[in-house]
This record gives sequence, structure tokens and C-alpha cells, in this order.
Amino acid sequence: MQLFPCPFCGPREESEFHHGGEAGNLRPDGAEVTAERWAGYLHMRDNPKGATREIWVHMTCGEFFAMSRDSVNHKVSGSSVLGEAEHGR
Amino acid sequence: MPNARATTVQAADGITVRSVNASPTAETDRNAVLDRFARFLPAAFYYKTFMWPDWHLFEPRIRAMAGLGVVDPDWQPRQVSDQINHHCDVLVVGAGPAGLAAAASAAAAGHSVVLADDRTHPGGSLRHRAGEVDGVEGRAWVEATVARLKGAGQLVLSDTTAFGLYDHHLVALNQRHADGRPDTLWRVRPRRIVLATGAIERPVPFANNDLPGILSADAALSYLRRHGVLVGRDIVVATNNDSAYEPASALAAAGASVTVVDCRRDGAAQAKTGIRVLGGRTIAAARGRNAVQGVQLDDGTTLAADCVLVSGGWTPTVHLFSQAKGKLAWSDQLAAFIPSEAIDGIGVAGAVAGTVSLSDALASGAAASGDFGSSSPALRGTGVEATLGVVSLWPKPKASGRVWIDYQSDVTAKDVELAARENFVSVEHLKRYTTLGMATDQGKTSNLNGLALLADITGRGIPEVGTTTYRPPFTPVPFASLAGSRRGSMHAAVRRLPLEANHRASGGVFQEYGGWLRPAYYGGGEAGASIQEEARQARQSVALFDGSTLGKIEVIGPRAAEFVDFIYYNTMSTLKPGHCRYGFMLSDNGVVFDDGVLVRLDEHRFIVSCSSSHVAAVHARLEEWRQDRFGRDAVYIHNATAQYATLTVSGPNARQVVEALELGAALDDASLPHMAVAAGRFAGDEVRIARVSFTGDRSYEISIRADRAEALWARMQHEGRAFDAVLLGLESLMILRAEKGYIVIGKDTDGTTMPHDLGVAGPRTKRASEFVGRRSLFTEAANSTDRNQLVGLAVREGEAPLATGAHGVEKRDGRRRSIGFVTSSYQSPTLGHPVALALIERGAARHGETIDVQHLGVVRQATVVAPCAFDLEGRRLHA
Repeated sequence: MQLFPCPFCGPREESEFHHGGEAGNLRPDGAEVTAERWAGYLHMRDNPKGATREIWVHMTCGEFFAMSRDSVNHKVSGSSVLGEAEHGR
Repeated sequence: MPNARATTVQAADGITVRSVNASPTAETDRNAVLDRFARFLPAAFYYKTFMWPDWHLFEPRIRAMAGLGVVDPDWQPRQVSDQINHHCDVLVVGAGPAGLAAAASAAAAGHSVVLADDRTHPGGSLRHRAGEVDGVEGRAWVEATVARLKGAGQLVLSDTTAFGLYDHHLVALNQRHADGRPDTLWRVRPRRIVLATGAIERPVPFANNDLPGILSADAALSYLRRHGVLVGRDIVVATNNDSAYEPASALAAAGASVTVVDCRRDGAAQAKTGIRVLGGRTIAAARGRNAVQGVQLDDGTTLAADCVLVSGGWTPTVHLFSQAKGKLAWSDQLAAFIPSEAIDGIGVAGAVAGTVSLSDALASGAAASGDFGSSSPALRGTGVEATLGVVSLWPKPKASGRVWIDYQSDVTAKDVELAARENFVSVEHLKRYTTLGMATDQGKTSNLNGLALLADITGRGIPEVGTTTYRPPFTPVPFASLAGSRRGSMHAAVRRLPLEANHRASGGVFQEYGGWLRPAYYGGGEAGASIQEEARQARQSVALFDGSTLGKIEVIGPRAAEFVDFIYYNTMSTLKPGHCRYGFMLSDNGVVFDDGVLVRLDEHRFIVSCSSSHVAAVHARLEEWRQDRFGRDAVYIHNATAQYATLTVSGPNARQVVEALELGAALDDASLPHMAVAAGRFAGDEVRIARVSFTGDRSYEISIRADRAEALWARMQHEGRAFDAVLLGLESLMILRAEKGYIVIGKDTDGTTMPHDLGVAGPRTKRASEFVGRRSLFTEAANSTDRNQLVGLAVREGEAPLATGAHGVEKRDGRRRSIGFVTSSYQSPTLGHPVALALIERGAARHGETIDVQHLGVVRQATVVAPCAFDLEGRRLHA
């Protein structure tokens, strides 16, 4: 059972969280987006081995946040509130 | 409890024990005759023999014989198992000398400590092996150390097995209780873990080494010194190391005649008082039928014996270390795998770390506490120190007789040879092919012997062969302990209506719908007839329905209108305050995710009404887009579903009933038309009255504080009496909505259904602003003309309803293929014929066409019609 740091609540057990996808998967707007670009947003994932940056949601408080962790040894290096990068702004 | 290991179960008054996989008893086992055919029952015998015609024909008999035991399906624990979450600075697993030294060191440094040991009494080897700590006799030192820990308020858990080490320092422990209480599950999250889990003595390979009367040398010493039991009078000890000499000498001193058969020419260096040592010899075979009677040595000598002790070296108990992904290294000096690289936050100490002498164990214990240890001087082992001097004594290929490797799974050296011969040379394949290490002890005594033999046969080194993966649990854990309170009705707790008691008093028969316990129908009569009668009466007069489960999520803020526009497929920002609009929410893949009515209370305040079983998912989705796209200070979201009860009045006389409730709101159609909202009061509480309909009849949904709903419901029933009001269960509501062609998401839609498949194509072509799922509505798949589309299906007069799930079929190229399926199907009491909804390929273009519908091999005909079968003009909504 992993411990994840919710930026709002502090460390909590992983069963309280849902995975929200890879960070930086920005949503392209508009009906004219190319099929390739849209399919990339919907389906294509890097699934990195090692260092990852992901979006998670803490279901008990509703906070969506970015978390950096290692997908091999499960070490969590930190988490942060959603920032400019995740918003694409 | 089946398959318990007799030597590890604490004796208790009144305990009933019997052997498994023997019939009727072990002494008179009628299956023992199979033993004579052993040569015809090699490894994988079952896989090879019972493949044809079907393993399942043979499985029950074989399982019964193989002794998996019998479980009483009616058994219930007397009480719920406790589950305890605990935090501490240092958790020490194992209360032998190393573990005690580690715990004492951490405690002395002022840290909180949990010391857990799977035995009833702490001390480990110090309880039966000689040793002194700082000049104090071992057992006395153990008692004093434990007393000091307890006195300092530290937690010492006996009969507690640490069975799993999980991510981020979570250790799961199962604690047994002598007083008959069910086991307790501990989830301990320490800052540092010390593994002082010891080592397990290995058996020695020789033919018939499974006869009763053959046991480990350390066990014999433990029986003698812990329990005062002498295991035999004529004892032969087979060994390859020094550790067997203390038991040998002790047993001799207790009056047994002891002969040590040591594979090393010179035996042990230590004193051998009162025992005979045969150096450079091994046992070839044990003799005896139901118990050991003697042994034959490799040189042909025979020795009489009523007990044979074996000591083939020590296997460090690295399970928890390996579960933590710790790397192992082979030690020639110890003839065993030991932990190699250190893991952050986890220390290993004592025999598991490869120490032999008491001094080394104590020193490694203090060191294993790491930064949590104290700087006080190290404890010293004094007196005679243990030595090992182990040499390899592995099973050899082509040995005669049956040399048992895994005593529990009945795997012999020949089985391992056979597996290797058939090219199962990976240790993981060997395990699965022969079942080596797959019994309840998970190979704790057998694995190393097995893989050493495999290494020999395949000409590899033992480290090259490697070990199988260590997985939790270390020993079997009762499901009752793992489940705790999550059993029975608490296993998957249902959500309950605030008015459940009132519905039960009215004869409501409850069923679970999407996690909610709701009345399926009322009256307690025959279900089918009750449901039909409710649906019929609802169309004639008026029906009362508890719709409290419907989602009520408030969306508030300056960007709320923009937000709901983005969330919904339909344009919602044009909605006027005081009105509501039906719409779809899509996923970004364009598939319909939920449907429902959006209420606009004022410029910046909306209420999202979503499917009952979907509230949490919709709420999470709203939060995601709010935080990711709109900003926390622009939109605020509040899930108020549980705060309100929603009670619905529906039917031709609905308005008269609602008027009688005296809610203080104007109910005339000019003031409150269909799809409008009004505020009122009932008994001092604010209520919200929404004219939305899931029945197709004029309906009023009245929402009130959940804790004040009872009086309103009672008043509704009272006023309804004059109009012959009927209580509507969920089943009859399903008929009413199907008559109208109103869909239920997930029932009348599947994971491919897009809004234009449901006949709502307007926003797709007309909307210019961005919304969730928009781009996906213009993909090749979305534009296809072959999509499954929502239709109604009509059957010939007098026929029964179609089966839900039945497939529409057609012949193409001589083959029958599915063209979709029936999603909802009911007998309509009002129409006097069945109604059905279906998702049919190109359905919208097929209206009027008759298709074949197949169910369980029976093909019927049905005509494709519009989804709505009742009141096509929708007059009753306003009637």
C-alpha cells in the first residue's frame, strides 16, 4: 500500500486516490483538430519506465494534482497543485 | 480449519483434530495402496492423464484424495476480526536475540517500537539453545529485555506473524489469540523496519526421508528444552554442519543413545560428549513402515533407530526482505542465499543476515536499528559461541528410492529430474510442473534442496538457477482476518433511502439498483402482477415515487454557465433562470456518459441532475474539468445528493395532489410550465418543485431536506387518497419510461453509443463552442452509416415481450450475423402489448422493416418502430 502526498490533505493511502492520466497530455480544442492529434490525446500514452509525472485525484477531498514518482521502485518524489503545464496555459 | 500444520497449532482444551488426505485415518489409509504404484504416478501425472475428455470430470475425486481439506460453508466467525492501523518508529520482526537487541537499542534511543514474533514466547533460539548475554543466561536475558520493553510502553506482540511487506513500509501482521477470539490484522507503518526473521533448518536428502520419526535436529532440541519431551531413545542424527551437535549432546545427556552421521570426515570441532560420531558418512535410506525403525548408510552399514534427526544447514528466512524487492546473494560459506544490498529504511539482523554466533547476532541486531539505534555499548554473547562449518549435502540425481524434497506437496528427487528432462529447467517452471514449494509451507524447507538438485542436473550453479519469487503471505492468513468488518451486509454496503422505513411499512419490496436499496414494487403480492398494476394505475390517476437517489450536484460561480456549456453536449447557457433542460454528458471519446436534467436556479447557479448510480463518477468528472480548465475560483461544485429527498408526483391528477400540499407556489401552467422550476415551502422548510417527467405524464419532482422528507411523503399519501394514488416502485417506473422511449444510460446505451445514435443530432451539427467529446463526433467511426441506433421494436399481436439481450440477426453471405440487441423490454398494461427498445444497426433507416430477433436459439420477428410507443405528441406532459 503506497502513500501518496495530497497537496491538500498530506500523505494518504493509495486506495483513496484515482489515477487521472499522464501529466502534460493537453487537450486540443476544436472540431478541426486533426484525427492524429485527437487520437494522440485520447489514446496514446508514453507509459514510461522509471520517472513519471502523472495527474491523480484524491477522491476524499476531490483535489486533482500532479505527482512525480518512479514507476519501477514506486518512490514518490513529490506532488504539486495543478500548474500552468497541466492547464496548457 | 483445513490443512493446518499440526506442529504450529497451539493445543487447546476441547480441540478436535484429524488428518487430511488420508481416508479414513493416516494409520489405516485406504489410499495407501496408491503408494505401491508410485512409479506410475510421476510429476504432472494428472496433467498428462486426465486431460481427456475433461479434467473437471476427475477433479473432485482427486481433490478429495489430495487432501485440500473440507471447508464448512456455513461456518461463521463468532465475532468480527479486529483490524488495527498502527504507526511507530521501528518495527522489529522476530524476537530472537538479534530482534531483541534491535528493539532494545531503538527503545533506548527513545523511539517507539513494535516487536512482533510468531511464537507464543519470545527469545527464538535463546529459548532452547545455550547462550549468555553479557554474562546473563540466555532465557533470563530474554525475559528481562521483554519486561524492560513492555515497562517502557513499547508494544510486544506474540503469536503474531508478519506475513507481508508492502510498498512504502507497510507491514501486515496477523495476531492469533489463545482465548478463542478471531485473529487480529495489524497494518503497521513504521519509519524503520528491522527483519530478524531467523533461519529454517533444512532436511537431509535420503530415501524414505518422510517416515514418521524423522524430524529436524533443532525441533528435537526445542521439544527437549521447551517442553521436556525426549523425541526418541535410539537416535541417529544426520548432518553436514556443527549446529546438530548441541541437540545431539543434549539428547544424549537426557538419556538417549545418539549416533551422529556427519558427511564431513572429521565431524564438528566442538565437544562430543556421550555421542558416537560416524564421520564421512551419509544416510542412504531410512527403514520402517509406519514409523522409522533404522537407517542404512552409504557404505551399507545399518543402524537401528526409533528417531532420525536431520540438519542439512540453515536457510535464512528472507521472505519479507525479498517481498521488499531486496536482492539476494549466494553464500558458499553458509550454503544459502542471504540478503545482499541494503534497502532504504529496512535493516536485517541475525540468522536471516547470515550470522551464526550469538555475538554476531546481537551486534547485527543493534546495527540494524540504524539511525534509530542508541549509542550504548554493544551486547556481548559470552560462553561457547555457535559455529556452522556447513558443507553442501544436496540431493543427487539418480539416487535410488524415493528421496522426498517437498514433504507437503509430495515431490521427490525423481520428479525434479523428470521435470528437468522435459525441459522445465526454469525454477518457476519446475515449481509449477512439480508443485514443488506450492503447499501451505510454500517450500520453506524444500525449495533450496529442489533448486540445488535442478542446478546439479542442468549443470548450472545454484545462484544461476535462482529462487522463485517470494510473495505474501508468509504463512496462510484467515480470510476472516483479512476481511475484518467487511463481511455480510458490510462487504459492499448499499446506500439507503431516507424514507426506507416508510416504504417498508407500505409493503415495499426492496432490491439493489446501482448501489442503492430501493423499492422494486409495493404490496408484497406476486411481483409481476403488482408491477403491472402499478404501471396501469399510474397512467389512470396519479403515482407517488421516491426519486431521492437522483444526483443533485450544484454548480455555482461566475463561469458556471460557460462550465455547463462545456460539460454538456447541449447548449445550456441559453437556459433561463427558473427553467430546466434535458441533456447528455459525453466522454471525450464522444460516447454518452450520462443524461439528465440541468436546472438553472439563477444566473450563476445550476443543479446537475444525473443518473442515480452515476453520481460519484459525474461529480469527479465535473471536479476534473473545473480544476483543470476553469479554475477553482471561477466555479464551485457541491454534491448535495444525500442532503435532499426528491419525491415525485406523476399522472393526470398530479397537479391536484400537489396543490393540496399547499406549498405556496403558483402551479398553473403559465407560472410553472413543463421544464420549469418553482420554489415553495412545506412546514417551514424550503422545497424546490421541478416539472420534469420520466413517466411521460405531468410530473412534479419536489425536493426537500432529507431529514424533513417524512412529513411531506405522509402528506402526499394522505392527499393522494382522494385520487386513488398508487406508490410506484422502480420496476413499474421502468415500464412507464420504456413506453415513452426514455432511455437509461448503460442499459439502453453501450460503450459505443453517441448522441446522434439516440436521435439527438442537433448540437453535433449546430454547436460552435467547445464541449466534452466534440471532436470525437466527427471521426470516421462516428460518421459511419452502420452505427447501432436506438429504435423501438414491436411484436405481432398477442405475442409475449422479447427477451432483453436478444439479438437482431440477419443473413449475410450465407452466415447469420448480429445487427444489434434488445436493451429494454416490458409488457405495457396501458397499451395492452409489449414495448421494447433496441440498439440496431442503421436502425433509424429501418423504421417499418421487420427483422429477425434471436434468443437462446429461438428466432422471432419484430418490426422496427420509433422508440416512443405512447402519447407520441407528448400531450400528457401538459395534460
